[in-house]
Amino acid sequence: MAGMDRALKAFLLTEIVSGMAATFKTMFKPKVTLNYPYEKSPLSPRFRGEHALRRYPNGEERCIACKLCEAACPAEAITIESEPRDDGSRRTTRYDIDMTKCIYCGLCEEACPVDAIVEGPNYEFATETREELMYNKDKLLSNGDRWESVLARRLELDAPYR
Amino acid sequence: MVNVIVDGIPVNVPAGSSALQACEAAGKEIPRFCFHERLSVAGNCRMCLVEVVRAPKPVASCGFPVAEGMQIKTDTEVVRKARRAVMEFLLINHPLDCPICDQGGECDLQDQAYGYGSGISRYHEEKRAVTDKNLGPLVKTVMTRCIQCTRCVRFCTEIAGTPELGAVSRGENMEITTYVEKALTSELSGNLIDICPVGALTSKPGAFQARPWEMKKTDAIDVMDAVGTNIQIQVRGGEVKRIVPRVNDDVNEEWLSDKGRFSVDGLKRRRLDRPWVRVHGKLQPVSWQDAFVAIARRLDGVPGSRIGAIVGDLCEAESIMALRDLMLALGSPNLDCRQDGAQYDTSDRSRYVFASGIAGIDEADALLVIGANPRHDAPVLNARIRKRYLSTGRGGFPIGVIGDVGADPTWAYENLGAGPETLHDLVGGSHAFTEILKTAKKPMIIIGQEALVREDAGDVLALCARLAESVGAVAEGWNGLNILHTAASRVAALDLGFLPRQGGRSVRGMLSGGVDVLWLLGADEFPVHAIGPETFVIYQGHHGDAGAARADVILPGAAYTEKSGTWVNTEGRVQRGFQAVFPPGEAREDWRILRALSEVLGHTLPYDTLEALREHLHLGANAVPGQSEAAGGQGGLNARPFVPLTQGYYLTNPISRASPTMIECARVHAPRTAVAAE
Repeated sequence: MAGMDRALKAFLLTEIVSGMAATFKTMFKPKVTLNYPYEKSPLSPRFRGEHALRRYPNGEERCIACKLCEAACPAEAITIESEPRDDGSRRTTRYDIDMTKCIYCGLCEEACPVDAIVEGPNYEFATETREELMYNKDKLLSNGDRWESVLARRLELDAPYR
Repeated sequence: MVNVIVDGIPVNVPAGSSALQACEAAGKEIPRFCFHERLSVAGNCRMCLVEVVRAPKPVASCGFPVAEGMQIKTDTEVVRKARRAVMEFLLINHPLDCPICDQGGECDLQDQAYGYGSGISRYHEEKRAVTDKNLGPLVKTVMTRCIQCTRCVRFCTEIAGTPELGAVSRGENMEITTYVEKALTSELSGNLIDICPVGALTSKPGAFQARPWEMKKTDAIDVMDAVGTNIQIQVRGGEVKRIVPRVNDDVNEEWLSDKGRFSVDGLKRRRLDRPWVRVHGKLQPVSWQDAFVAIARRLDGVPGSRIGAIVGDLCEAESIMALRDLMLALGSPNLDCRQDGAQYDTSDRSRYVFASGIAGIDEADALLVIGANPRHDAPVLNARIRKRYLSTGRGGFPIGVIGDVGADPTWAYENLGAGPETLHDLVGGSHAFTEILKTAKKPMIIIGQEALVREDAGDVLALCARLAESVGAVAEGWNGLNILHTAASRVAALDLGFLPRQGGRSVRGMLSGGVDVLWLLGADEFPVHAIGPETFVIYQGHHGDAGAARADVILPGAAYTEKSGTWVNTEGRVQRGFQAVFPPGEAREDWRILRALSEVLGHTLPYDTLEALREHLHLGANAVPGQSEAAGGQGGLNARPFVPLTQGYYLTNPISRASPTMIECARVHAPRTAVAAE
């Protein structure tokens, strides 16, 4: 009995028909694929992408070299050297992140008492060489300058949940 | 002894103990800020509140004496609530700047706020701000962080003996200040950094450079003076970041001199990091092999009696012994460790060490200081003298001084005279101070290097020995005849017999053309320019100082942080320090250099490892001091007074001379020492 049923279905091409029906139905539904890189999917404000070092609106860098991010980093990707700046304030002379070590866990951002180091929305920072992924302070600060408006907005959106 | 019950645990503590000590005896942790074991009780932070049964309110345990049968409770709701409240008060005016505070991570307030605080603040009003004070080149202040525990004030007044810090105003307006802006003059000022429970006093040279959790910690021994202070070297990234004291009640209690603490920045400057050989009057960098060959060529055919070796002040026992063995193998009797030309009585070990022990100062009841400036020679030991002086009350610890102890030795003394003739009077009994020494049960005599570097040092020593004999300073169970050394290597070198052998020459003899080849093992503190122009000088050491400038061959060695070594302090205590970092560049541990060279010279030393070397190392009770030349006795005393040997405290060895911090200290304190010298 079961054998006859299967033979009948094969003879009448029912699977093809149901498959084509699904295709036909989908033709009238909105598309879910995106035309990347011209289109991009929405990101949560908490998305953890490329790092950036932020500045205060007056241009002063936020980072105070407390080294909490360095201590918090489970991958030990952050290296900081610090000393007093000429005006006596505590600043980093070196702030390096090895982006190949980084696991994008966001603990540095959590540890930062002044919201200096943040993980921004950028995930398009692929490079051709490993060396380019060894970020230094200049690179991180320029990231911060480039993304500041977005970063500030995202922190603001996430603030109620912190 | 008094019986007390702490949280149901019966403990037995000495009468007069505080409730806090009783709690500690029962193993209970009591939070505190103002209380410190080695300072007087202030009782102003109120953090140590405990509940005493039948007392109406919680009591501050640090200042509350125990009574028989007292019941203390440290873990009740009342106590917890009281601690939370005290912590909230303390935090009212304490800034929340832990991320930029150098104390962060090792802060008592941080830890205790975490452990005993309430977690939130109800204070929304303005916090106070206090102007920072300038305390000189060593101690950085952020006075807004101060919680007015007054530990620093008590430390300066009681331990350091330089009452320069004090508090002005009251209540919220109270400020710790020097009244008139000035640099702290104490040689122990670095300990303020350790003693401050918050980040108000931190290290100025080390500001913002490292976090405590980043440091790799290694135990070692300080070499800046002969006290043998137990230290911990803290390293980050292959660089010595700071040095802090370890607790050793027999040696340094928990203090460290400023030179030992702050000369670390000298360890990375002016370093010898590769061998050099002088070619046509100019030093050229060469390989180890070439340096060894140059030495072997020069030594070829030179009789042993024309080879000499001088040991410097910072060397550890291992390299001294390796050099001694090499020199003896080469047939050289010209060994000397006394760069300053001091003479010692090496007939018995107790005669060239601080025989009573540093802790013996706590028992002494009369003191005679001869030709020493303990405050500069050994600041930590001086703190011990001051502690004894304070603990006995007025007149309880009479101190007589022959020579110059500087403008302010931090204890009151009677100036007996300037030179050895006073010693003569004392021995003769015609001096009033002889009676004081005689009536004392444990009289102590401290002989400094100033009294030993003279031509008549043998007579001075003999006089001191006679005096000690006559006043009972050397008796059964008490030896109060003490030599105060200033060089960390000296006692080890004497123990190892690094002295002229039969027919050998001393430093002075070697300088005036007595040898053709002179080996300097880190020796810089003698008149290098007096070395004969024909003498071939081999300098083995770690800093490009006087000795290296004159050298024909430079062999780069390791500084004290870069080698595992044994040091013997002025009291003859044998202590071991461990390697914290690697020597820079091609520099090597000193004993290895000597071992390697001995093979090139055809006199291979019989040890390949540090362990094997240490089996040959006879220090302390096993020491076999070499025979020194007959010590004086013929020339008779001369009337010249004892004169200070060093100019100031800060720049006394190659490491401190290379340290910008020490140079700055010397500059800041220069006018003061100039005034003192007048």
